[in-house]
Amino acid sequence: MWLRRQGCLRPAGCGVEELRRRRREREAALRKARREQQLISKRLLRDDAPEEGEGGCVAVILGQAEIQQFLQLAQRGTEEKERGRALVSLRRGLQHPETQQTFIWLEGSMRTLVGLLTSNQALLQLEAARCLHELSHSEQSAVAEACLPATSYLLTYLSGHSSDFIELCLYTLGNLIVESEAVRRQLLPQGIVPALAACVQSPHVTVLEALGYALSQLLQAKEAPEKIIPSVLGSTLPQHMLQLLQPGPKLNFGVAVEFAWCLHYITCSQVNNALLITHGALSTLGLLLLDLAGAVQRTEDAGLELLACPVLRCLSNLLTEAAVGAVGEQMQLRDERVVAALFILLQFFLQKQPSLLPEGLWLLNNLTANSPSFCTSLLSLDLIEPLLQLLPVSNVVSLLVLTVLCNVAEKGPAYCQHLWPGPLLCSLLGTLAFSDTEVVGQSLELLQLLFLYRPEAAQAFLQQSGLQALERHEKEAQLQDRVHALQQTALHS
Amino acid sequence: MQLPPAVHARLAGGPGAAEPLPVERSPKAGAVPFRFTARQVRFPREHEFFEDGDVQRHLYLQDVLTQVAGAPERPRVPEFTCQVAGCCQVFDALEDYEHHYHTLHRNVCSFCKRAFPSGHLLDIHILEWHDSLFQILSERQNMYQCLVEGCTEKFKTSKDRKDHLVRRHLYPADFRFDKPKKNMSPATPRATVQVSAEALGAEGEQVEGDAMEVCSEPAGERHTAGRRLSLAMGN
Repeated sequence: MWLRRQGCLRPAGCGVEELRRRRREREAALRKARREQQLISKRLLRDDAPEEGEGGCVAVILGQAEIQQFLQLAQRGTEEKERGRALVSLRRGLQHPETQQTFIWLEGSMRTLVGLLTSNQALLQLEAARCLHELSHSEQSAVAEACLPATSYLLTYLSGHSSDFIELCLYTLGNLIVESEAVRRQLLPQGIVPALAACVQSPHVTVLEALGYALSQLLQAKEAPEKIIPSVLGSTLPQHMLQLLQPGPKLNFGVAVEFAWCLHYITCSQVNNALLITHGALSTLGLLLLDLAGAVQRTEDAGLELLACPVLRCLSNLLTEAAVGAVGEQMQLRDERVVAALFILLQFFLQKQPSLLPEGLWLLNNLTANSPSFCTSLLSLDLIEPLLQLLPVSNVVSLLVLTVLCNVAEKGPAYCQHLWPGPLLCSLLGTLAFSDTEVVGQSLELLQLLFLYRPEAAQAFLQQSGLQALERHEKEAQLQDRVHALQQTALHS
Repeated sequence: MQLPPAVHARLAGGPGAAEPLPVERSPKAGAVPFRFTARQVRFPREHEFFEDGDVQRHLYLQDVLTQVAGAPERPRVPEFTCQVAGCCQVFDALEDYEHHYHTLHRNVCSFCKRAFPSGHLLDIHILEWHDSLFQILSERQNMYQCLVEGCTEKFKTSKDRKDHLVRRHLYPADFRFDKPKKNMSPATPRATVQVSAEALGAEGEQVEGDAMEVCSEPAGERHTAGRRLSLAMGN
C-alpha cells in the first residue's frame, strides 16, 4: 500500500555528485520561483522504451519540411502502423524546444494534430495525444497555448473508458492548466470541473493519480480562491477526495499525495472549510495521520514526508475553523493517538526532513492551544523532554517549541506541577543564551507562567544563575520590560 | 530525539481523549509587560512558512526520472484479433487492445454503428437521431441538451445549442462531436458511403461521429476522404 513507484533511471554517465548538484540547482530555482509567486511545475509522462536500432532517446530537431512530411504520412499513409510510426517520429522531435517552435508556427499543423486526435483510429489518437503532451510540457507559453484548440476534446475524452488515454489527457490538461490564466479562462467555461468530478469515479489508480495532479494544478492557480475553489466545493469532488484519503487496503500512495495537496490548496484558501468539516475531513485526515505514523514505525521510508506535509497543513488549518466547536463528536479531532502519531512523525522529520519540523509543531500548537485534554496528553505521555530535544534545531523550531510549552503552562498550576521539577528550567536557561530576540522573548513568557504557577521554580532559577542569564538582555528594547519583571519576581520569591 | 515507549504503545491502543487536568488561570498570566495568549494559528496560501514544503512538492513533480521508470513495460502477448464482428484488428499488447476497444466498439450506436468517445455523447446521439418521439417533443419544448457535462441548459434547435457551446463554453465552432443530423434519403449516394476517420466535417459533409471501419473497405475510399481536408500544407 505504501510502496511508491520504485526505481530511478539515471541518465547515462551521471554520478551521484552530479545528481546532487542538479538537485540543489533545481531547489534553488524553485525557491526563487516561489518567492516571486511563480511556482510552476509540469509533469512529463514519457514512455522512453528504446527502440531497436536507435542510438538512444535523444530529442531530434526537426525542420519544417520534416514536420510536414510526418504529418502528411500520419494523415494519408496507407497502413495504420506506418501512420503511427510517423507520429512517433514527430513526437521524438517535439521533445526538443526548437522543433516545438517550428511546429506551432507551421500553418495548419495543430489543426492536423487535432484531427488525428479525434480520429477513430485508436493508435493514431494515442500517438497524437502523446505529441500534444510533449507540447503541453513546454516551458514556453506560446507552445503550451498553441494547444488550446485541443482542450474541448481532451475534456470530452475524460468521460471515455480507455484508462491509458484518459491518464494522458489528464496530465496534458494539468500541464496546460498551470501555464497561464488565459488557458484557465478557457478551460473553466469548457466544463473542466464537472469533467474532473465525473472522472474521479474511475477505478483506475493511474487515472486517479493523474486527475489529482491536474486538480492540484487548478487549485494552485492565483485566482483559485475566487474563481475555482467555490465550484470545486460545490461539486462531488470533496467527498470523493476524502474517500480516496481514507486509510485502509485501498489507499494508494501516489493518489493520496495528489489529493492531499488538492485539499491543502483548498483549505489554506479559507473559502469554505466548514463544508469540508461536515464531510468528515478532520476525522479522515486524523486517521490518515495515525496511518502515516504507523508506516514510519515500520520504517517504510518511501517518501512519506510527501504525504505527511499536506496532511499536517490541512489539519492545522481546519482546526482553526469555528465550525469545529459546533460539529458533532465524531467530526472533531480529540483522539489522543494523534499526539502520539505527531511525535513519531516529528522524530522522523528530524532525521529525514528537518525543514518539516515547523509544520509539525504548528499542528501541535493548534492542537494544544485551546485544549486542556491535549495538553494533558503531552504530560501523561512524557513528551516534554522529547520536545525540549528539538530546541537546538533552529530559531523557528525553538520558537514553536516554546509556544507549545506556553500553551501547556498557561493552563495553570496543575499543569506546571508537571513541568517542574524537570528538565524544562535547564533548557530555558539555555534558550536565554540564544541571540534571537523572539526566542528569548518567548522564553521570558514561559518563565513568567512557570514562576506564577510554580513559585518554587523561581527559587531554583535563582540558584542556577538565572539572574545572570537575564542580565544579558537588560538593554534589549523588546525584552527589557519583561526581563525586569522577571528579575523582580525571582528576587521576591 | 528519544521517544518514551508509552508513545508507541499509545498509537497502537484504542481511540480516546485524555481526561484533562483541572484548568485554573490567574489574571496575572500574560499581563503587561507580558503578552502570551494561547491561540491557534492560520497560514494563508502564499505565506513563506510553506516555502520548504512547497519546494519539496515541486521537486517531486519535476522528478521525471521516477515517472519514466514508473511507466510499466507493456508486456507483449501472442497476437490476437479483436473479437467484435467485422473488426479484424490485430494486437500484441493488452493496453493497445483496451484503447482500441473503447475507442471503436464501446460506445457504438446500435442503429447507425457510429462510435462515440463517451456514453454521454452516445446517449444524446441516440435521442436526437433515432428517437422518433424526440422530433415531436422538440416542436413544443427545448429538447437539445448542452453537450458539456454539468450544464443543464436545453435548446429549441441544434443551431441554438451550437451557439451556446461556442459562446458560453468556448467550444470550437467545428466541434467534431456536434454535427447536426443530415436528412439522408436513400437516393443520395453519399448516404451509403462509409466515411473514414479523417472526415472533419468540411463544408457540405455532415457527419456525427464516424462509421466504424470495416476491413473490406477499399483503400481508395480513405484517400478520397483524406483529400477533403483543407490544409494549408503547401500542397
